[in-house]
Amino acid sequence: MRADDSARPVPIAARVQALEAILVEKGYVQTASLDAIVQTYEREVGPRNGARVVARAWVDPDYRKWLLADATAAIASLGYTGRQGEHMVALENTSDTHHLVVCTLCSCYPWPVLGLPPVWYKSPPYRSRAVLDPRGVLADFGVTLPATTRIEVHDSTAEIRYLVVPMRPPGTEGWAEQELARLVTRDSMIGAGLALVP
Amino acid sequence: MNGAQDLGGMMGFGPVQPEPEDVRFHADWERRALAIVVATGATQRWTIDAARHARESLPPGEYLTSSYYEIWTTGLEALLVDAGLVTAEELAHGRVLEPGEPRTHVLRPGDVAQVLAAGSPYDRPVAETARFTVGDLVRTRNLHPTGHTRLPRYARAKQGVIVRLHSGYVFPDTNAHGAGECPQWLYTVRFEARELWGDSADPTLTVAIDAWESYLDPA
Repeated sequence: MRADDSARPVPIAARVQALEAILVEKGYVQTASLDAIVQTYEREVGPRNGARVVARAWVDPDYRKWLLADATAAIASLGYTGRQGEHMVALENTSDTHHLVVCTLCSCYPWPVLGLPPVWYKSPPYRSRAVLDPRGVLADFGVTLPATTRIEVHDSTAEIRYLVVPMRPPGTEGWAEQELARLVTRDSMIGAGLALVP
Repeated sequence: MNGAQDLGGMMGFGPVQPEPEDVRFHADWERRALAIVVATGATQRWTIDAARHARESLPPGEYLTSSYYEIWTTGLEALLVDAGLVTAEELAHGRVLEPGEPRTHVLRPGDVAQVLAAGSPYDRPVAETARFTVGDLVRTRNLHPTGHTRLPRYARAKQGVIVRLHSGYVFPDTNAHGAGECPQWLYTVRFEARELWGDSADPTLTVAIDAWESYLDPA
């Protein structure tokens, strides 16, 4: 399966560099395509997309209803589609129920709305504990929920991707959508955080 | 397979380490690793399920001590060798030793935006009607396949309730091994924490998984 184990200690940066060179030389990938992929996920597709979805849901009751009924279509209507967001479900946090999303088996994450997953989302501390001790995980993020709040953890074991709609913070009545979007953090759209309070 | 990727419920990894959301990569090689994984996926020589299986096939000690982009890179190397696109010798020597497979589909720079924005839907029609409906009590099967599965260990042989009926979806357990998409109905199944973790479980907690029909029996 893999290269000779004696070659293992090659540092990962050198291994990736060599692999890229092999793939380019063999004609399987083009450097400009690689650059375009990096550009897309470093500069264009990120959690500000999801923040716009959430802010729209906060100000527009019809959009909120659509998002909760058919998240894939509602999110696509704002221009966010594609890889790792083909099948979306939105989960609305309320004072009664808090949703938290994890992928215990790998790193499934809604790329079109949140971009690439942060390291912690892909790492054993989060993946192991989110389903067993979510309150402990939330404490690592500095979040404490009332003891009576129901916590629903969603383990992304299939191709459904979940977007959490955090609660709209108090004191934002009358705010414009763009201002509200600034309060929507990436972590709040995973359920690992809350929206910022102005 | 009961590999190291199946982390739910394990203990001892320490606290989660949050980080600011404007951090996208931690080293330049991570950018390149992401890009070559995405770009080589466009060769269509393997499925997303085969890619996941390649990653989870890492020996547990290696899996748990690798960063995620390292896991991706090692998985990709295995996929490339299995597909006959790159040889193990080429990986070991870090250079090309034989010409590339000429009929390989290559992602052109001008197509990147469209390909990423289109994605790759996994829902498929299923001829049979769904066996379960929302509200049904079900019990997950006690499956321990040596191949790929998306039923985590912590959720096997557990009673839950169907809370969503999705549609037909490609079945990873076959698709990962070149045995076809074999679509099945997909459900969201919710479990009380006590069912999963015993009497000391948080009484306010439920955990939901997405489960294909063949993972489930009526409760």
